[in-house]
Amino acid sequence: MKAAQKAIRWFTNMSLNIRPIALTRSHFTYYPSVLGTGVKMNMFNAINNALDLALSVDKSALLFGEDVGFGGVFRCSVNLREKYGKERVFNSPLCEQGIAGFAIGVANTGATAIAEIQFADYIFPSFDQIVNEAAKYRYRSGGLFDCGSLTFRVPCGAVGHGALYHSQSPEAYFAHTPGLRVVVPRGPIKAKGLLLACIRDPNPCIVFEPKTLYRAAVEEVPTKYYTSELGKADILRKGKDVTLIGWGTQVHVLLEVAELAKRYFNIDCEVIDLVSILPWDTNAICTSAKKTGRVIIAHEAPLTQGFGSELASYIQEKCFLNLEAPVMRVTGWDTPFPHVFEPFYLPDKHRCLSAITEIFNY
Amino acid sequence: MSFLRKSVHLLGAVARQQHHLKSVGGAISSAARDFSSEPSNNFGNFPGAKAPFVNKLKLIHPEDYAPIPIYRVMDQDGYIADETQDPQLSRDVVEKMFRDMLLLNTMDKILYESQRQGRISFYMTNFGEEASHIGSAAALEMRDLIYGQYREAGVLVWRGFRIDQFIDQCYGNVDDLGRGKQMPVHYGSRELNFVTISSPLSTQMPQAVGAAYAMKLKPDNDACVVCYFGEGASSEGDAHAAFNFAATLGCPVILFCRNNGFAISTPSHEQYKGDGIAGRGPMGYGIATIRVDGTDVFAVYNAMKEAREYVLRENKPVVFEALAYRVGHHSTSDDSTAYRPAEEIEVWNNEEHPISKLKKYMVHKGWFDEADETAFIKDIRKQVLKQIAVSEKKLKPNWREMFEGVYAEMPEHLLDQQKQLEKHIEAHKDKYPLKNFQQ
Repeated sequence: MKAAQKAIRWFTNMSLNIRPIALTRSHFTYYPSVLGTGVKMNMFNAINNALDLALSVDKSALLFGEDVGFGGVFRCSVNLREKYGKERVFNSPLCEQGIAGFAIGVANTGATAIAEIQFADYIFPSFDQIVNEAAKYRYRSGGLFDCGSLTFRVPCGAVGHGALYHSQSPEAYFAHTPGLRVVVPRGPIKAKGLLLACIRDPNPCIVFEPKTLYRAAVEEVPTKYYTSELGKADILRKGKDVTLIGWGTQVHVLLEVAELAKRYFNIDCEVIDLVSILPWDTNAICTSAKKTGRVIIAHEAPLTQGFGSELASYIQEKCFLNLEAPVMRVTGWDTPFPHVFEPFYLPDKHRCLSAITEIFNY
Repeated sequence: MSFLRKSVHLLGAVARQQHHLKSVGGAISSAARDFSSEPSNNFGNFPGAKAPFVNKLKLIHPEDYAPIPIYRVMDQDGYIADETQDPQLSRDVVEKMFRDMLLLNTMDKILYESQRQGRISFYMTNFGEEASHIGSAAALEMRDLIYGQYREAGVLVWRGFRIDQFIDQCYGNVDDLGRGKQMPVHYGSRELNFVTISSPLSTQMPQAVGAAYAMKLKPDNDACVVCYFGEGASSEGDAHAAFNFAATLGCPVILFCRNNGFAISTPSHEQYKGDGIAGRGPMGYGIATIRVDGTDVFAVYNAMKEAREYVLRENKPVVFEALAYRVGHHSTSDDSTAYRPAEEIEVWNNEEHPISKLKKYMVHKGWFDEADETAFIKDIRKQVLKQIAVSEKKLKPNWREMFEGVYAEMPEHLLDQQKQLEKHIEAHKDKYPLKNFQQ
């Protein structure tokens, strides 16, 4: 425990010393969650802390993936091999379908498997194992076997210049698969709580971690064990005029948009972090939509068949009489995620703000 | 997989802290780096392979290697060639082997026919591969965990899966352990440590490896994992993943390939060019390997005994290739005479058949009784036919179970959908086969 805490403190101090350099171009301003207690951590520190706790409370827990042993390419598993041994924290060969299949097998025996896919962009080779196997294990065996003690950690989302294969947000592919839980944290406190909840949840879970937040997001994170409720959305800002729904990094874009809308147009935005993509919190969304009568959904992933489509059609079906305007979606374009054009691709605050003016002019 | 994995600092979020990353790298103890090697005059000092230098260019050809030999205990006339290899199994055990093979064979014949008559939707027989099932299962302990493909019903027979359990699964009725959710022959049994079969080929292979790894870490572990798959399935990426993970992570798993010459219509010479599946083991993945005559129940038994001891002693995998011939059609949806001559099938159905070989052995031993065999087959036929009549009449599970088991607990949206269907069915009762389902 001591070593890990030391490491966390070291990393925390380290990140405090960082001065943003001119090259940094970030499409969002980070809005930290404030609990008033805990230790300052960035998101990778918080995840490291969560993994540390998971490994210490559950002796059967294993942590593995590509380059996990030395600490991970995003430093999330740093010091854990030293602390828990190379039998429990280890590198796998470079093969995503193997990582996923191996993880399912570990979970079949009842042991806890925490598997890392290095980038969400590379989760597709394991698509068959996740969709045909992990998601259907309990169902197809009539409950004789399951792989519920399995969690995938998967860095996702835009990062500035990740281009096609270091920027993707594939949550919608998995949201079409009954049997999975899919969650996306917006910052360190949530990342730790969701990860610990997923590790303990008796269903196979995927945690998509927006990688741009690993270092950029800093909050005071409680050091003790805690979990965040799965399947529950968070209302981050109360408002009466329009509901803005997002998840991951996009939540911070929307929080800024809400401020701008208030300042320039005197529009009161309700900002909701969906948190759980599957199963998702229909109550929170519909309650808000019925109250405001206007809904804008924003996500980095492409428009067509993005998870926004599911939300929009559900809201349309359940809140039809309360809607003052059609549900709008502000998303990535239906193109691969580009390199130099990233500033034009993302659903940034300007596009979200114009959607607000549009929805009020409808 | 990312080509950037070692140069991830190119990414903006990380680039800002590059110098810190470097100091992290420096903090890793040199003990953690186990790729350093002793310099040598004759050997290359590359981390990727340990091998001597040569000064003459030579392409290594597959023909430079002799094929891995096929281990056999009993010839096709039922005689043991080398007495030291006789497993010396008691009459009881040999009789159980024989009867289990007959049971499987008899049940297969009737269920195959019942599919032809449209009584069950689908079936796959095990003809010609009975010995690799029974021989391997007999060498294992019940605590050993089995992952299969779909043509391993004999393993279940050996472990005590009952005729009614087989047939209830094929009918997906209320007594099916799998609750009527999967196609016929997708058996599973928690009690018998046999993981439920699924249709996607080879997916069970890396899973078996992961299970073996987790079992290895249990204190005083004395159970291994056995993973069955066909030679066609070995072409899938998951097979590669399983072989490589099993070797690098040191897993007590027996990777048991049933090489029966065909993947549906595709003959094995269109499946691979190397020395079968066994040929991939030692040089390819660094795995101890055995190739056996899969029509010889004693060869399979001996080799499995040895493999089991080895994987548990060493915490390392074994590649096990049992050569046989798929005597039956691939499935009830296949007519195999469309792609292979009937005469070829005949040879394997008679003199090279595993059951006839064991029968000859028993004759030599004086353990075989013709009348006994006839009576046994007759009895099994009767049991199977009776069970078909019973299983066929049983109700299917309550249709509401369709929504169960998707998650550990039913989430709200599924409860909601279940209620929607309930309401719909209430209004349109006559449109659905409700009388066949438990209420």
